[in-house]
Amino acid sequence: MTLIDFTSILPLIFLVGWASVLLLLDIFLTRKVEGLTAILAGVGLVTTLAIAGTNFGISTSAFNGMIKADGFSSYLQILFTGSGLVGIALAYGYLKRMGIDRGEYYPLLLYSICGMILLAQAADLIVVFLALELLSIPLYVLAGFARPDPASEEAALKYFLLGAFAGGFVVYGVALSFGATGTTSLTGIVAGVASGSADIGLLLVGSGLILIGLGFKVALVPFHMWTPDVYHGAPTPVTAFMAVGAKAAGFAALLRIFLAALPVLAGDLVPVFWILSALTMFAGNLIAIVQENIKRMLAYSSIAHAGYIMMAMVVFGQELITSDAVASSLFYLLTYAVTNFGAWSVVIALEGAEGQGLKLEDYKGLGKKYPLFAAAMLVFMLSFIGVPPTLGFMGKFYLFRTVLEGGFVWLAVIGVLTSLLSAYYYLRVVVNMYMHEGDPEIYRDRLIQLVSVVGAAAVVLLSIFSTPLFRWVSRAVLKMF
Amino acid sequence: MVPISYYIILSAILFTIGAVCVLIRRNAIIIFMGIELMLNAANLAFVAFANQHQVISGQIFVFFVIAVAAAEVAVGLALIVTIFRTRKSIDVDQLNSLKG
Repeated sequence: MTLIDFTSILPLIFLVGWASVLLLLDIFLTRKVEGLTAILAGVGLVTTLAIAGTNFGISTSAFNGMIKADGFSSYLQILFTGSGLVGIALAYGYLKRMGIDRGEYYPLLLYSICGMILLAQAADLIVVFLALELLSIPLYVLAGFARPDPASEEAALKYFLLGAFAGGFVVYGVALSFGATGTTSLTGIVAGVASGSADIGLLLVGSGLILIGLGFKVALVPFHMWTPDVYHGAPTPVTAFMAVGAKAAGFAALLRIFLAALPVLAGDLVPVFWILSALTMFAGNLIAIVQENIKRMLAYSSIAHAGYIMMAMVVFGQELITSDAVASSLFYLLTYAVTNFGAWSVVIALEGAEGQGLKLEDYKGLGKKYPLFAAAMLVFMLSFIGVPPTLGFMGKFYLFRTVLEGGFVWLAVIGVLTSLLSAYYYLRVVVNMYMHEGDPEIYRDRLIQLVSVVGAAAVVLLSIFSTPLFRWVSRAVLKMF
Repeated sequence: MVPISYYIILSAILFTIGAVCVLIRRNAIIIFMGIELMLNAANLAFVAFANQHQVISGQIFVFFVIAVAAAEVAVGLALIVTIFRTRKSIDVDQLNSLKG
């Protein structure tokens, strides 16, 4: 292992070590100190964030081309560690309130982030597979964290069975791609295709299987069946973390594999991406309309947003705008992360014991009783729809611009129409909050209040500074190819 | 010598059996066995292709896949046991409390 190898995966090494120490500490610490594990986990993530920050701007490949450290990976690592910090903030009070205050939550969360960090850096299909499992296996456990609550256990088993099923598709796809080119390295595949020694048909089947597997992970229709049940049954902070982290990681893998390594398959795969994207936007938004439970509604909303990000993948193969597509989807992942965490923080603040306070009608009267939370929720809902001046609008703007540059006018039209459709169910929450009488109960929790307020402020403020932000994201992906 | 394509066809058949097993069986353990079959089909394909291309890396990947499968077994069986304790059943059709 050379020094370059070492420094390029330093955030990962540090976080794995830290999580393992934390796990042991939790067992051997005889005198329990209130909140120590949570604080230490937070410190570990902040340090990882700092290390990932110092790596920003370098562009190297390490471990014989299996690992890449570039702007793309640094950007995503910062996003993932940030999500982890919010995941801790949301969980700390919630776990206590629900009586599931077990220390393993934090190391498991850190291990899952390790998987995401590795996935952002993976430049080899086998590393993609390993990272995907490293991020998923802790999440299976976290989904069942509220045991013996039957809903949580059910969510965990469903997530596990479908996640492992998806993993099977990914690994078989990797095997076939290996058969087609004789290598699993992404640069090796590009070189094999260029020299004409690769079996394109086999490569197409392999990448199709990888697409199915990753489609499960990011919840594209028709591979989304698990999402509403798992998001509904899992403890809410876990759901929030899963909805942001796991999805962003899945898209990181999709972008890296397809846009960077397989442009040769564009002719065959662009129609597939087109259909997946349109179907996901339609089905996600349509089914969300009839939901009465806010967790299920947000689950379908997260499916729909996967469809929007998928739109950027459709331009793949058009060399001139590929980096634009990557930049706009990375930017959208940021807007989605901020908005989503904010919305989930309000959901957590209202959630009572045994799944109380999760119905849409439980939001009636929130505007009068807790104006600050209601205002924050209003901002998040508007951002989900994509109304200016929110971050969600800017995210959609850049996505639609990329799609139009690529010449897919109809897909952009479908995107706009489904956004209009989504206004119906997002605004239903707003109408319930402000135009109906009710007596909702908020659980006092400073960390959650902080996430809601900072989230709402970020959604509005970052939208004003979105041009420099987008330029910064674009610079991050420049050296990716 | 047996041609490489025979191994690939066998692995494709195994993969299909595994996937169909996941989709149609209702016992969580049997579904899990189907998933394991899919992973092992991939292992067979890896070894066969490694032989075809005369590169050793394909055989190394099999070890990675086996290790990951073992980790999945550990978590998966723990989940199944937990479910069995609360519900006295691991029939996935009875896991239907989450609806909306």
